[in-house]
Amino acid sequence: MSEITPPSSEALLLVRGYKRRSLQRVALVLLAFAVLAVLVIVDVTTGPANLSVWRTAEVIFDRSIATAKEDVIIWQLRLPVAIMAVAVGAMLGVAGAEMQTILNNPLADPFTLGLSSAAGFGAALAIVLGWSVIPGVGGLFVSVNAFVFAMLTSCALFLFTRLRGVSPEAMILVGIAMLFTFNALLAFLQYGASEIQLAQLIFWQLGSLARATWAKVGVCFLVLALVLPWFMYRSWALTALRMGEDKAAALGVNVSLLRIGVSAGVSLLSAVAVSFVGAIAFVGLVGPHIARMIVGEDQRGFLPLSALCGALILSGTSIASKAISPGIVYPIGMITSLIGIPFFILLILGQRKRHWQ
Amino acid sequence: MSGLSAEGLSFSYGPRQIFNQVDVGPVKSGQLTALIGPNASGKSTLFRLIAGLLSVEAGRVRLDETDLASLSTRARLKRICFMSQFFTANAALTVFDVVMMAHKQLQGWRVSEADMISVGTALEAAGIGHLAEAYVSELSGGQSQMVSVAQALIRNSDVYLFDEPTSALDLRHQLEVLQQIRSAVIARNAIGIVALHDLNLAARFADNLILLGNGRILAQGSPAEVLRKQSIADTYGVAIETSTGPREEIVVHAYPS
Repeated sequence: MSEITPPSSEALLLVRGYKRRSLQRVALVLLAFAVLAVLVIVDVTTGPANLSVWRTAEVIFDRSIATAKEDVIIWQLRLPVAIMAVAVGAMLGVAGAEMQTILNNPLADPFTLGLSSAAGFGAALAIVLGWSVIPGVGGLFVSVNAFVFAMLTSCALFLFTRLRGVSPEAMILVGIAMLFTFNALLAFLQYGASEIQLAQLIFWQLGSLARATWAKVGVCFLVLALVLPWFMYRSWALTALRMGEDKAAALGVNVSLLRIGVSAGVSLLSAVAVSFVGAIAFVGLVGPHIARMIVGEDQRGFLPLSALCGALILSGTSIASKAISPGIVYPIGMITSLIGIPFFILLILGQRKRHWQ
Repeated sequence: MSGLSAEGLSFSYGPRQIFNQVDVGPVKSGQLTALIGPNASGKSTLFRLIAGLLSVEAGRVRLDETDLASLSTRARLKRICFMSQFFTANAALTVFDVVMMAHKQLQGWRVSEADMISVGTALEAAGIGHLAEAYVSELSGGQSQMVSVAQALIRNSDVYLFDEPTSALDLRHQLEVLQQIRSAVIARNAIGIVALHDLNLAARFADNLILLGNGRILAQGSPAEVLRKQSIADTYGVAIETSTGPREEIVVHAYPS
């Protein structure tokens, strides 16, 4: 009928409101992009080595003019670190957002589901026992171990809850059980470790971007390029899922298939992220929450903004890690937890609209 | 044979048999049918079997000449719109967002001007225009239910199944929502079945009733045929008196037996 009769002025008013909000959403995503670009520039131009902003820019645009020292600092340290921060932040943001969506639980993220601990245990096996899960990977074996453990844990978690009929909402409890189990196993390894190994282990666990290399950056972007478009393609279905399984199913969403597919995607994202940078807490939790408060949960806006918020947080943290005391670069995992938790509590308390209640 | 019908429908939840060789219908288009029956008599299950959200153990559901089992789930759910009884959500989605989602039916990323006008018009028609920018997590039970009905009615389906669309609504909104559903079903010449607990609402708004009890169809027909004292009394386990209301409608009076 609406095709024949002209729309009422009230209806047009609602349309205008929706358009305004859609535009706001696009504007906010663009703004987040712009801020991220600024942060990346700041990240690249700051650091213990006192290179001027101008000189840094020159070396980035023309690598051939760099001295050996500048080349190492800018091209092998700062740039990969800055870009890795963006990639890992985006991965954790997206992983957290979709874990929260498919599990219908606001606390889900790679850390609370125990994936970071699993990765830490895998890394510890490599560092302390020199044991590699997949032989022949050479110097990468710490990361590979961490990845394999995170991936296996994630798959086991999703499979287990599915087979045993644990509700998605309750899966976080299984995840927390995993977290404590791996932490206990880790403690065993730590107990038997030498001092040097212990130092390495703790450094790994603190979560740091210092291990960034161009190869790792490449892998991160490859994974993002694989998973993100698929998540975007399933936007409506994921949005529908937030209205409840029943509603989504009645719209034609194959809910269990969607959950399996998305689980695989978030497992890959978080396993790669934590295996490269170690345990970085709260980015996967806070990023999506900020995005949700700003644009709501229509996935067409929520998903990109979750990625951007994750990237912004980690990029900002990367800058903060160098700014706290000159000459020292703190591991970012420490800072995300330290700043992240109070910030998170403020957000929750200050929220006018309380979802998840 | 035209209309929606089920033949020899059997279904169990594990060891508990819900339906054994049940025939329903044919339910005709262009009129409203009410599905009545006590709690746990299988109303929601019957809807889910028709929609294909549960799979039958035996029997078939036909829409006109089509055996619905021959359609994919997606295609089947395009033709059959099912509104489930549970409708609260805690998502950060606005009412406009969720009705748009139902309207788009998972198709296409872009939202066109026509899409937006359809949603705006539907919200106004449903009397929930003022809620368009409210988050669904902020709605009352009754408001959520009206949003659910709007989500169903914006879709262009052949069959509409509403599982207790008025359970959380006040008197005025009960009447308004049932009137909306009835008008839509008639205007679209669609098949509409509404599960209702209130027999008087059923008698007033439905052209036909289906009485379900203990997994069996106990009666089908006009309100006068179905709302007989004995069958209702037996099905619900209450004492019944019926009378004729001021507008010639049947009024059911129930007393503890």
